Amino acid sequence: MYENYVLDKAYFVKVIADLAAIVEEQRDYLTGLDSAIGDGDHGLNLSIGFREVTKNLGEWQKENLTILMKKIGMALLGKVGGSAGPLYGSLFMKMGEPAAGKDAVDFNEFYNMLKVGIEAVEMRGKAVVGEKTMVDALRPALDTLAGAIEEGVEPKTAFEKMLDSAKSGRDSTIPLIAKKGRAMRLGERAIGHVDPGAASSCIILEMFYKNMP
Amino acid sequence: MKRLINDPYDVVEEMLEGYVKAHEQYVKLLEHDGRVVVSKKAPVENKVGIIIGGGSGHEPLFLGYVGEGFADAAVIGNINTSPSPEPCYNAVKAVDAGKGCLYMYGNYAGDVLNFDMGAEMASMDGIRVETVLVTDDVVSSKEIKDRRGVAGDFYVFKIAAAKAALGADLDEVKAAAEKANANTRSMGVALSSATLPSTGKPIFEMGEEDMEIGMGIHGEPGVRRGKIEPADKVIDQIMEHILPDLPYESGDEVSVLVNSLGATPLLDLHICYRRVAQILKEKGIKVHKAFVGPFATSMDMAGMSVTLLKLDDELKELLDYPCDTPYFVQK
Repeated sequence: MYENYVLDKAYFVKVIADLAAIVEEQRDYLTGLDSAIGDGDHGLNLSIGFREVTKNLGEWQKENLTILMKKIGMALLGKVGGSAGPLYGSLFMKMGEPAAGKDAVDFNEFYNMLKVGIEAVEMRGKAVVGEKTMVDALRPALDTLAGAIEEGVEPKTAFEKMLDSAKSGRDSTIPLIAKKGRAMRLGERAIGHVDPGAASSCIILEMFYKNMP
Repeated sequence: MKRLINDPYDVVEEMLEGYVKAHEQYVKLLEHDGRVVVSKKAPVENKVGIIIGGGSGHEPLFLGYVGEGFADAAVIGNINTSPSPEPCYNAVKAVDAGKGCLYMYGNYAGDVLNFDMGAEMASMDGIRVETVLVTDDVVSSKEIKDRRGVAGDFYVFKIAAAKAALGADLDEVKAAAEKANANTRSMGVALSSATLPSTGKPIFEMGEEDMEIGMGIHGEPGVRRGKIEPADKVIDQIMEHILPDLPYESGDEVSVLVNSLGATPLLDLHICYRRVAQILKEKGIKVHKAFVGPFATSMDMAGMSVTLLKLDDELKELLDYPCDTPYFVQK
């Protein structure tokens, strides 16, 4: 079943275009979350990065998936700054590798893209679950997807479960004290606030889900 | 507060365009990277490259200290956001004179991620880059290695840059920076939030009559929020935290930096300095040199900070070493 479920380049381009649009739309929401426990510019910085992506997406979509994802990652790495730049930059750059220069991937390959991308975020950020970071959304989401694939759940349903896990993971950051990032120094004052990185990670996965055939 | 800007997306680029025009005898932007402010004298022959940097919104930090006898380059990020790895790397390529480079910046997670990637890229070219993180803010953590860097940046950068200007090698320059950081402590008080250019709104809420002692330059919470108090009482509380932290003791000699966070006037700052000087005198601590003014700000935030640097003969010589930059000149 997974070998026959194909996600082509048009899917990825649409996901990225939608992502750029929603980042623009949610900019002030993300900035608001970041004002509570960070320095208040998560939304704006992501929007600066995705504006750069949007500007070039027409040109880049001529490339294969590996190069396309790499260029998206490089743009985010170069324009976003802060922690989010290297982390989301690594996510997209690494995601391209398992696509191995092709123009379309099956669901197994798509899982591998997400797996190496999320592992790259963990490695770059040196973060584990429970530290009030984007890993709190991404790690359980990936584990849920792996479990659903193990059980042979239909692709879109499997991804829906993944997204649900990401959202629970995002909400699990609310009562946490931060162990990483600028919120780390807030101690107990970080309690009661969602981690902005976990929130933006959910938005990214949601766009992948929404566009699945 | 009101801000005088154009499109919020252009604030950093437009500031840099104005900055290098206004101070063109000192600095330029790298032709292939508009986020690197580089000294017109760089690379300086037989000198370790001094590279500082961080988010925008703290001017004159970091770009104001690029010039002769001080930093060779500053890497510029978005507002309150670290620069990305590529300009960190491009700064190394621009100023390295074969003796390696030293990165210095305040200890924030984003800056560490990006500068480390820049250093990795440089090492692939065979250029050695070392890093010293500034950790002067006493209330930000009990563990010194977890503390954030605030106005103490100025002292650490100045000391290391002077050491480099005297021809020291990278290990010696790094050791001087580490010694300066180890001898530097800061603490501040916030009276109001900065206004974010992107939203036109304050970064954090603060009541009209409130102040927060120990707050960080990005609005990170401090030790206590309460009604605003007279300058002397505020300074007394700040000094109660700073003095025992190193500690600074009778017989010591220090330099003092009373820094504006942006909107607090020189009049207020000098009232504050007056109290700092009284306390130091009472404690038998000698002031070698004082600096009062905006050195590390947070845009239009009201408030100030006090930084002490404990001096020995080496640090004194390095602090006094001449330099000439747009925002700090020493003869």
